Amino acid sequence: MREIAYREALREAIYEEMEQDENVFVIGEEVGRYGGAYAVTRGLIKEFGARRLVDAPISEASTVGLGIGAAITGLRPIVELMYVDFVPLAMDQIATQMPKLRYMTGGQLKIPMVLRTQGGTGRSAGAQHSQSLEAYCVHTPGLRVVMPATPADAKGLLKSAIRSDDPVVFIEHKALYARKGAVPEETCTIPLGKARISRSGSDVTIVTYSRMVLIAEEAAGALEAEGISAEVIDLRTLSPMDMDAVSASVGKTKRAIVVTEAHKTAGMSAEIAARITESNWTDLTAPVVRIAAKDVPVPATHLEKLSIPSVDEIVDAAKTLCGE
Amino acid sequence: MTQKDATQSAGLSEPERVELLRTMIRIREFEDMVGESYLRGHTAGSMLHLSVGEEAVAAGIVKAMAPEDVFTTHHRGHGVFLARGADPMRMFAEVFGKSVGYCKGKGGSMHIADIQLGHMGANAIVGANIPISLGGGFSLKYRDVPGVSVAFFGDGAINQGVLYESMNMAALWKLPVVFAVVNNQYGMGTRVDQASASLAFAERAETFGVKGAEVDGMDVEAVYGAADALLRYSREGNGPSLLVANAYRFYGHGRKDPSPYRTKEEEAKWKARDPIALFRDRLVTEGVITAERSERIGAEAVTEMEEAAAVAVTQADPAPEELYTDVFAEEL
Repeated sequence: MREIAYREALREAIYEEMEQDENVFVIGEEVGRYGGAYAVTRGLIKEFGARRLVDAPISEASTVGLGIGAAITGLRPIVELMYVDFVPLAMDQIATQMPKLRYMTGGQLKIPMVLRTQGGTGRSAGAQHSQSLEAYCVHTPGLRVVMPATPADAKGLLKSAIRSDDPVVFIEHKALYARKGAVPEETCTIPLGKARISRSGSDVTIVTYSRMVLIAEEAAGALEAEGISAEVIDLRTLSPMDMDAVSASVGKTKRAIVVTEAHKTAGMSAEIAARITESNWTDLTAPVVRIAAKDVPVPATHLEKLSIPSVDEIVDAAKTLCGE
Repeated sequence: MTQKDATQSAGLSEPERVELLRTMIRIREFEDMVGESYLRGHTAGSMLHLSVGEEAVAAGIVKAMAPEDVFTTHHRGHGVFLARGADPMRMFAEVFGKSVGYCKGKGGSMHIADIQLGHMGANAIVGANIPISLGGGFSLKYRDVPGVSVAFFGDGAINQGVLYESMNMAALWKLPVVFAVVNNQYGMGTRVDQASASLAFAERAETFGVKGAEVDGMDVEAVYGAADALLRYSREGNGPSLLVANAYRFYGHGRKDPSPYRTKEEEAKWKARDPIALFRDRLVTEGVITAERSERIGAEAVTEMEEAAAVAVTQADPAPEELYTDVFAEEL
């Protein structure tokens, strides 16, 4: 199968959906003429014109609100926030409008909208351009939250997100854009809400998502050399979370490690660990281990990588869990 | 546009003028009656913001709207929605938390809406509906529909950042968006001049490239005339506009708020220009309507609202399983 980069997979998804549905349009800072800060939408303005690739001023809250109003009235907006760090600028629209308008109108309003953004570390972008804020969105009922790790998932999940009749927050990872992976040539979607077993194993389950899937797989490789068989679950969608897949895996391995690039306190790792404890309490031979970003702002330069989970941390935790 | 221009003859026919009066009276009776229901404990929620005193703004602007137009309102939006053709029984039912309410009893007073009437949602975060209406205007233009998108909000929203973001975008892309400022002089308990260094709101809009106008919000024909001109302007592809309609909130912020922050003299001064009395007297003086007929319209509105409230109050509450429905359009 051909290999393409994560950003190209995303671009293909947008291109294909725009081509087959006139109501799909993209709006955001630098998405048109510039081609996107991370080049995801590069070249699309030539195909679809400025009417459908709309360069927004730096006005995040109203850009998201525009998307909501457009979605209510029949369009399918893809709103890009250049960094997930800009989510708080638009937080009222994201948390208090987009997920609630349908419910509080008794189901009258449909909001088929994708909020594309990207987060995470890996480029020494400093404390205000490196955050992992997915929990802000997962905390709010009424939003779907998707965080793909591979090019194939990036494409298939984005297509499903665009076709969804509900608001989807689609968080890409800045350090994954250039990574290549196998992506089928033919159109294919991947359903929202389904996890993926990215590596099978029998001794310990590592539950993670987005770029941490790569770190977890590296750790699993190292563990294999030491005789420990680790299963890596890539959640892919955080809301709703595929607990059936997680629970089945932990039921088999009896041990669980949760790895997130997001902060530890009141973050995704706490939610996932709590759910595993609820669903697999009698299976577990030890408490669920959380490995998450240190509770400090993300530093720039070489300190950055010290703030996020490492392969060694995962390997050490797995060895301890497995009694070595 | 100056205030004087806007008060020129609005060119409405006699039946249209009578209907405008009826709309205002129906809003007044609905609001008074829902307020009474609130005091009697019939409402489900603790929030009730009435638009009594602002009937001319709602009736006048909505009169200028076309069926294809879309709109959002703020937390004080009953009047606008009634003017647009809402069924009072389903409005009462919503406020009473009943399943036949417009939002199945899940929205309450501050969120009553019907997308079938172009209502994109009544919003309780001050100013938050403005960018959503911006999106409505974007969508109309994108789909090449000759409608306008109207955002109704109060003077309390006039200093929210999203208004300025949205005015800029609407002007930048020449979107058919009308910003309708219902200036009732108070954002909760703060008088407009205690919150805004400049009260020249129409001029603020002009600096953004948004056509601005200000009108006497107690004079329904003046409101209609000004709104009609601005909606026409925006509908014809000239870009966004902003109308400031100066009115007064006869009740407090909520129904039970006794408004200790304002004087009786100020209230009396505004109430002396009650928009319904003002218009009714004009129609009687001009021989469009007799005093008896106007009283009959009032009595009909009272009966209509009493009956609507009586029916609504007996309706079923939402079933417990309704708690979990309408979160998403699609189950995963």
